[in-house]
Amino acid sequence: MSTVSFTEASVLGGLEAHAPGRDWSGPAPKRIVTGYGFWIFILSDIIMFSAFFASYVVLLGHTAGGPSGRDLFDLRSVAMETAFLLASSFTCGLASIAADARNTTWFHIAMAVTFVFGLGFLSLEAREFTSLVARGAGPTRSAFLSAFFTLVGCHGLHVSAGSLWLLTMMAQVFAKGFRADILRRILCFTLFWHALDIIWIAVFTIVYLLGSAV
Amino acid sequence: MLGKLNWSSIPFNQPLPMIASAVVALAILAILGWVVVKGHLPYLWREWITSVDHKRIGVMYILLAMVMLLRGFSDAIMMRMQQSVAFHGGGFLPPEHYDQIFSAHGTIMIFFVAMPFMIGLMNLVVPLQLGVRDVAFPTLNSVGFWLTATGALLVNISLVIGEFARNGWLPYPPLSELAYSPGVGVDYYLWSLEISGVGTLVAGINLVTTVLKIRTKGMNYLRMPMFCWTTLATNLLIVAAFPILTATLAMLLLDRYFGFHFFTNEAGGNMMMFVNLIWAWGHPEVYILVLPAFGIFSEVVSTFSGKPLFGYRSMVLATMAICIISFMVWLHHFFTMGAGPDVNAIFGIASMIIAVPTGVKIYNWLFTMYGARIRFATPMLWSIGFMVTFIIGGLTGVLVAVPPADFVLHNSLFLVAHFHNVIIGGVLFGAFAGYTYWFPKAFGFKLHEGLGHAAFWCWLVGFYVAFMPLYALGLLGMTRRLQHYDIPEWRPWLIVAAAGAVLILSGIVLQIAQLAVSIRRREQLRDETGDPWDGRSLEWATASPPPAFNFAVLPVVFGEDAYWRLKKLAADRSWSDQEPEYRAIEIPRNSPTGFVCAFFATMMGFALIWHIWWLVVAGAIGAFATFVVFAWRDEDEETIPAEEVARIDRINRAQRRTMLSGGTAG
Amino acid sequence: MTNGHEHLGHGIDLAPGDEYVEGGIAQRVIGYLTGLGLAILLTATSFFVAGTRLVWEPSIPVALVVLAIAQMGVHLVFFLHITTGPDNTNNVLALAFGVLIVVLLMGGSLWIMINLDQNLMPPMNQIMQMQR
Repeated sequence: MSTVSFTEASVLGGLEAHAPGRDWSGPAPKRIVTGYGFWIFILSDIIMFSAFFASYVVLLGHTAGGPSGRDLFDLRSVAMETAFLLASSFTCGLASIAADARNTTWFHIAMAVTFVFGLGFLSLEAREFTSLVARGAGPTRSAFLSAFFTLVGCHGLHVSAGSLWLLTMMAQVFAKGFRADILRRILCFTLFWHALDIIWIAVFTIVYLLGSAV
Repeated sequence: MLGKLNWSSIPFNQPLPMIASAVVALAILAILGWVVVKGHLPYLWREWITSVDHKRIGVMYILLAMVMLLRGFSDAIMMRMQQSVAFHGGGFLPPEHYDQIFSAHGTIMIFFVAMPFMIGLMNLVVPLQLGVRDVAFPTLNSVGFWLTATGALLVNISLVIGEFARNGWLPYPPLSELAYSPGVGVDYYLWSLEISGVGTLVAGINLVTTVLKIRTKGMNYLRMPMFCWTTLATNLLIVAAFPILTATLAMLLLDRYFGFHFFTNEAGGNMMMFVNLIWAWGHPEVYILVLPAFGIFSEVVSTFSGKPLFGYRSMVLATMAICIISFMVWLHHFFTMGAGPDVNAIFGIASMIIAVPTGVKIYNWLFTMYGARIRFATPMLWSIGFMVTFIIGGLTGVLVAVPPADFVLHNSLFLVAHFHNVIIGGVLFGAFAGYTYWFPKAFGFKLHEGLGHAAFWCWLVGFYVAFMPLYALGLLGMTRRLQHYDIPEWRPWLIVAAAGAVLILSGIVLQIAQLAVSIRRREQLRDETGDPWDGRSLEWATASPPPAFNFAVLPVVFGEDAYWRLKKLAADRSWSDQEPEYRAIEIPRNSPTGFVCAFFATMMGFALIWHIWWLVVAGAIGAFATFVVFAWRDEDEETIPAEEVARIDRINRAQRRTMLSGGTAG
Repeated sequence: MTNGHEHLGHGIDLAPGDEYVEGGIAQRVIGYLTGLGLAILLTATSFFVAGTRLVWEPSIPVALVVLAIAQMGVHLVFFLHITTGPDNTNNVLALAFGVLIVVLLMGGSLWIMINLDQNLMPPMNQIMQMQR
């Protein structure tokens, strides 16, 4: 909403002067509104993930005589995936600094590196999934594996969608520069990307580390 | 090419769906024909279908709800008829058909009547009450509405192409798994709800952000109208609960489509997990339905009592308490599943605790009415009817919240009577109160009062006649969802219940008549000033209907009941000698994004149901392309010049001056 | 270009993800570097703890959960700039609400499902039969 004018107290006349500065000052600027709305969306997404987490934990032991996490998880691959995602979070932060500084070059570099890291994560995950399926440990083997593939796969789908979004943002900045609405979308994108890393922390801890440790 | 779809998918051998579909198809064609022939299509496209105005979207939500009420009610009356005659078998509905009817009835009533009605009212009213121009994300608002409409469309298509689910309004596995429901019915249900669920989530995000970030100057939290508080609580619940529904239905879809084993009998699936997760959504859902109604009643009761709401702060506290506690009671929907006495006890106690804040609200409404000169307009009748009816329903709820009692009453007609008692008495009466209360604001003329009164009485008496017998039947041991029965003691009660349904039908007929008559007599019923009820909150400070920009100049708020204070002051100064300084106003541009998005969503949903994979891909590409096109637009606002704003506003100011100088309000 | 409050903020409000830093770009990069460093430390510790015999075994799950929460905290503070300042109140409240729901959902579901499993487990002789 652009700047608005308010009916002056003179229209209402004779009113007690309200305490300035303590009252709500009017509709918030667009950047805050957009950012907050997306923040709420991210929280709803986290709740959706927690439903998948709940299912996973409940179905942990339901391996139907088949392989369990300890038999299947390759922690080195997981460590690499974690490194990729964490690094991409960092470079995403650099991209947001570049955007605030209106520096196109650094923005594109940082975003491109973020994309490469994200792609690295996805290819490792794809490799893990295909190898599991090839070993007869696909999602249809048992309830545990169904839950595993769904939870981790859902996160992977989010990273894939985020990567597509990343490319779209790069294209938008390339075509239209750092317009106000594009800056707002970049803010939303960075929120999304960081949130995905936060969810990954939960995933690698609960699924992989706890699954292999105990 | 067409997946599982072929000619035998259309139930040519079943007269009821065929006739019903034919009637509906004819009606749609007739309306479409009239629209096109009279040249209304460009107007409809420009002013409604592509509108991103919260008022228009709100009206469309409510229209969707009212149309779907007719479908849901037809299901209801068929069920009552069947049960009143199906003694020792017989009846006119075979089991496979009857099962689809009760499943469709519940699904439609909850997802496509109650939800859209409430979301529509919140959309229509909240920005006006907050003194602002629109919700936080107008185009997203349109997307949300059209995705909800997609869901409704898919459910209705199932009547004529394929079948609907047969497992009730919640698809418990293993019955809903592929092995036991191999047809497309459950898929129709699942995709319809996944798609409209996205729409609901979007509405939730929108309204939370609006209430928290977009309010006019001086509108502190504790100066907001009560309806805005309940809107906040409701939409926080939507944002928190609907992701759970999305996830759970997705798991069932994965089981059905890809052979996963979340809830199957074999390979370690746990079907109790479904029940647990779905009710973790399901309980907040019923509070999502009823909280807006509570807000509506706060508005209506204070307006027609001519007094400020009693105990505003305790109302706020009670509302937020209900919001939080509603996430702590969900196990009471499956006491009998076997979690054990300590788990059952905790959730049972929590379920009783949540009745306390609701009680606080009832007392506050009663104290608001105490000592007032009450005007018994139609909205007030609905409110009083609600208070009596909802109390009874709430009491029976506390009764079944006691686990040992629930072991006897679970899934009996007692339970059915309880939830209809609270949903009809609470949600639906609230919807009707809101509808009659805010209709003049939306359209510029009131609804006919006499027919409104008549409709109310038919509904009220009809509800009691239809549902009180069900309490008795539950105690006599009758289970829900029975297609036939052979216990003679039950029969008289079922016949009475059917008579009640007929009474409700006459209530509905009267409501349709009320609308038709009001439209025809709209000049006599015209709301000249925008304040037909002598209201207290800011929506009544605008013209009826409000201009696109709502307020020419955003008002400044200094206390509760913002508009009431404005009126008191303006009365002294004859609606202000001094005009505000008019400026040009930017409003968001209309956009076909919502409609086009929903078109592709319908395509994808239908294709997924019938396993037409190439069409799924085409729909997905189309949906993605829609987003990119939307993201690429350069102009997202248009400007209304200051002179135009001034012209529109002066008309309303003149009318209000007349009202205050001599005419009466309402 | 500064990220001044007036520029981004609403006087006393800040969009989630935005930060108010007076030092300019270098300062902000250092913030992210710090976050990265801490996160690497914590993550490495997690992986180490999971595989080691140096830690008392029953405490491993607790340690891993604590480390995970710490890592999430690092992300929230250093990457998402969620602080306890008055300009972040709405953002923190929303986060707290989300966390509450997650805890209720996961904790509640686990409690319920475990109870169901225990109460509905078939008697021992049946289990023996099934495992034959």
